[in-house]
Amino acid sequence: MKSQAPQSNSPKRRGPVLGLTARAWLFVAPVLLALVVVVGYPVVRAVIMSFQKDAGIDKSTGMFVEGGSAGFGNYTHWLLQQCTNSLGETVSCPTGNGGSEFWAAVGVTFFFAVVTVSLEATIGLGMAMIMGKTFKGRALLRAAVLIPWAIPTAVTARLWEFMFQYDGVVNRVFGTHIVWTVEGWPARFAVIIADVWKTTPFMALLILAGLQVIPEDVYEAAKVDGASAWQRFWNITMPLLKPALLVAVLFRTMDALRLYDLPAIMTQDLGATRTISTLVVQQSRSGANSASALSIITFLLIFAVAFVLVKGLGANAVRTQEAQREAH
Amino acid sequence: MSTDVLDQPVNKPVRQPVSWGRRLTSGRVYLGALIVLIWGLAPFYWMVVTALRDPAYIFDNTPWPTHITFDNFRTAFDTNRGTDFGRALGNSVIIGAATTAIALLLGVMAAYALARLTFRGKYLVSGLILSASMFPVVVLATPLFQLFTDLGWYGHYQAMIIPNISFVLPMTVYILSSFFSELPWELEEAARIDGASRFQAFRLIMLPLAAPAVFTTAILAFIAAVNEFLLSNLLSSDATAPVTVAIAHFGGNNGSKVPPYGAIMAAGTIVTIPLVIMVLLFQRRIISGLTAGGVKS
Repeated sequence: MKSQAPQSNSPKRRGPVLGLTARAWLFVAPVLLALVVVVGYPVVRAVIMSFQKDAGIDKSTGMFVEGGSAGFGNYTHWLLQQCTNSLGETVSCPTGNGGSEFWAAVGVTFFFAVVTVSLEATIGLGMAMIMGKTFKGRALLRAAVLIPWAIPTAVTARLWEFMFQYDGVVNRVFGTHIVWTVEGWPARFAVIIADVWKTTPFMALLILAGLQVIPEDVYEAAKVDGASAWQRFWNITMPLLKPALLVAVLFRTMDALRLYDLPAIMTQDLGATRTISTLVVQQSRSGANSASALSIITFLLIFAVAFVLVKGLGANAVRTQEAQREAH
Repeated sequence: MSTDVLDQPVNKPVRQPVSWGRRLTSGRVYLGALIVLIWGLAPFYWMVVTALRDPAYIFDNTPWPTHITFDNFRTAFDTNRGTDFGRALGNSVIIGAATTAIALLLGVMAAYALARLTFRGKYLVSGLILSASMFPVVVLATPLFQLFTDLGWYGHYQAMIIPNISFVLPMTVYILSSFFSELPWELEEAARIDGASRFQAFRLIMLPLAAPAVFTTAILAFIAAVNEFLLSNLLSSDATAPVTVAIAHFGGNNGSKVPPYGAIMAAGTIVTIPLVIMVLLFQRRIISGLTAGGVKS
């Protein structure tokens, strides 16, 4: 550390030149600065862009115009499905326009989030219970479970797209004739299955870490008192596991709400699997400013959900991790 | 170094003679383990099997490879088909390595401060960093696209490396600080008392102890950076497209025609094998990094 006082062989401690807090902030400053540049700046710019009109043909004059201030026009476009018609009047968006797809995309996003996170939490809990047991080959099992996590999502998407083909292995194994990646509901479930396959192991590992900080003697005491395995699970494991489980659910929910790679690659432009993120990317090709408004709405939605999870359920990620760290 | 809480069993078995009940329980555990194993391996196995199968028999469903050929691997690297997979591999390594290097360079100091020092505003800092990692990357997409087009960076490597920092850096800080907080820092104090300078104590005692943690974090950061698709898809040109973009667009969007799945699975296998080897080699540390950081890529 160059900023340290000149080296001295005396074991006596030198008083720091700066206060401890100031020095600590100096250490974290580069990270905060970098995040201001790569996160803060784009967000501010997105907010500014969201209040500007997209460049385009002015319908009343037939001339190409550069935009100008849009007020809340870009927001009402999405939230109230308002479009501007050829006479410059505000009308509700016609079918097929991005504006009319917003609430459907919100619905799909939340549907995906609720279904995937509950499946992942349930199956993940089961996996964690198995992986926590002592048996030969446990290390191998834990390594195997990391493979879905390690495969890049784009590869996962193509792999499941292939398995879900009409002649593919999924239809063959189950004897079905479903056009998985083209029809609405099958496509939704194809995306859900691929996502659950990929991320459940990660969930299982988070839950396993939570399981293992539960002290052993609590179980012993309950056993002595004659509690059945089921009672021990419901009355000891679940309450004590709650903080870790909630953190895992919080992380996964945030992730599921911004789902993009799987639907975008597996089912391409299919409306039935259009999430808010795929709608933003799609919109950014035709109008950057309305896409910015949509991305700000996305951010606020996700923030609201995080807020509800943290405040309502007490899923405090930072403090729970500190607590877990101290427990070690 | 208590790297592995995960190695303790959830329920330590109470010693007692092996009863039928216990045998049944252990049978159930093995059955469960088998299901979990199939979960993790089956789709991956199917990718490898398909990659080895003659493209004419791509929809064969025998559970072992039939009509084995390496044609798919040749096709994957064939540049006459409008894709340059070899180049995409190189691009991913460049983007992943540069992102990892920058994230470690900036992240190590912050992680040290968060793990070792108690200071006013510590929760604020870790909260800020955590919320940055949860930020929907799609919000960054449009402004960055405009900015990089204005700067003439569109299609250059930095146009992908810089946005990657936004989610790799918070993850790096989180994982590193939780590793650091488990290091035996008393050794540093002891070395100082024995007459080592602060810098000597750090370099000779703490740095070697911290090295495995930094290395593990580097692997996790690299995997996260290589995994990125959304921004790379928007910001890369054909020449700088990483593997995720190349694989997503392999075979194009040619409507009715069946994409060249054999070649796609071969490409997927090539990307995945090194990652799988890393995971197998460093399984323990990766798991403790993942669960400590609690941040998914």
